[in-house]
Amino acid sequence: MRDEKGVVLFDPYETEQQEWKKQQVKERFKQLLTIISPLFILMIWEICSQTGILDIRFFPPPTAILGTFFDLIASGELFKHVSVSLYRIAAGFLLGVIPGVIIGLLMGLYAPIRHFISPLIMAFMPIPTLALLPIIIIIFGIGDFSKVVTIAGSVFFPVVINTVAGVLNIERVYLDVAKNYGASPKDFFMKIAFPGALPVMLEGIQMGQAIALLTIVAAEMMGATSGIGYLIWTSYKAFMLKEMFVGLVIISFFGFLFSLFLRGLQKKIVPWR
Amino acid sequence: MSESIKISIDNVTKIFYKKHNSVTAIKDISLQIKEGEFVCLVGPSGCGKSTLLRILAGLELPSSGEFTIASESDERPLQSMVFQEKGVIPWLTVEENVAFGLKMRHLPKEVIQKQTNYYLQKVGLSQFSKLYPKELSGGMKQRISIARAFANDPEILLMDEPFAALDEQNKFILQEELLSIWSETKKTVLFITHSIDEALLLSDRIILMSAHPGEIMKEIKVPIPRPRTMEQVRANAEMAEQFLTIWNHLQSEVQRSRK
Repeated sequence: MRDEKGVVLFDPYETEQQEWKKQQVKERFKQLLTIISPLFILMIWEICSQTGILDIRFFPPPTAILGTFFDLIASGELFKHVSVSLYRIAAGFLLGVIPGVIIGLLMGLYAPIRHFISPLIMAFMPIPTLALLPIIIIIFGIGDFSKVVTIAGSVFFPVVINTVAGVLNIERVYLDVAKNYGASPKDFFMKIAFPGALPVMLEGIQMGQAIALLTIVAAEMMGATSGIGYLIWTSYKAFMLKEMFVGLVIISFFGFLFSLFLRGLQKKIVPWR
Repeated sequence: MSESIKISIDNVTKIFYKKHNSVTAIKDISLQIKEGEFVCLVGPSGCGKSTLLRILAGLELPSSGEFTIASESDERPLQSMVFQEKGVIPWLTVEENVAFGLKMRHLPKEVIQKQTNYYLQKVGLSQFSKLYPKELSGGMKQRISIARAFANDPEILLMDEPFAALDEQNKFILQEELLSIWSETKKTVLFITHSIDEALLLSDRIILMSAHPGEIMKEIKVPIPRPRTMEQVRANAEMAEQFLTIWNHLQSEVQRSRK
């Protein structure tokens, strides 16, 4: 800052630095808001339950749920249910994603395959896999595998549809480049079709992940003897609502975790975007 | 420069058939290009010059007629194309893009590495080799495209308005770089443009085309000695006259196709 003929002149560098600092504070404030919002809801819930505005029998205060959460961990029961559910989700997810990607790529690349399979996909997609659960249980039994198949069935559709869209959306000129430079069918598949479809494909996998969580809880409620869904359902029937809430919170937590994980993965494997 | 014929096009016609309005994109194109010659195809947009290039590039089949590209060795690909602005593949790094043709031919790793590094250095992209194209400017992306085509060491090079999307300054720089790489390799080049200045600067011979249907109207030789600069081309009185000839031709073609 200088003083010249009575006019105060500011150092432009300093002005911009001040501006930058203000921006930084704003950014941090936004991050803070993101963390605060769930805590804020929990706090209101706690107060309302404690003061009797909410019926404590239906809405036990979060602190009480937290206590139950630790009890369930201590007894080892929570670990058992969570690990069973995670195994089913992981296996079902892979069993849905892998065929989804392969069939999707083939459909995207080869028009005859696309025209043959699309009507089947359109016909089967609207049927909720959960509605097929009775048949799936008859075929695959009451064990883990029927749940795995149910999840795979739900995950498959968004993945296959997005993979086809991903391939079809690859710019024509990249196909021309590959052809002009003599790419073999294998190179074309691996170097052009797969990486080119990847961004849209990952959107489908993201959706599949959310659907997998919805499906596992419902499937375990209907036909299982373990898992988070089973925990929620039996706790509800026994009117142990604190245990039920622990199950719900766990599902929400894993959904959040998986989303973060996939988002991170996206940045890692699509660095060129 | 040897006098042997490198590209020979005989009566090539391409019709894009549709039930109600078929379009004759190019009609009875016959053209011979000598070994090491730099030929520019100039014509109004929609005159089918891109179609002709795509036929030579193996991306379209002619409806009738044929063409041959003389091949000196079996190891070389017949042709490589420098595409318009978007031809650089975004999920490959600069280096991988330049190596693309060589990799598709499954050449030994050392050969690919050597050839790639040489042309990366030629176009001044060595320090950017590990970056993805999104981080580069339009001019740098076109350098990748040019390096990719030259690195592939084809019998002939096809260029489809490679500089059309660049600003004037970048265009001049790239034109000069192209000429310097070309003078080293002496490849036969067929280059499409709608810029008269570009054609006069780059080519040995200019082929003028008409639109609807695309036919060859006229040939103009550009006898200015190489290496050339833009100043020389502009200062040459004969070229100023040729510029007007081409200009008038394009004007009348554009007018005609509007009617």
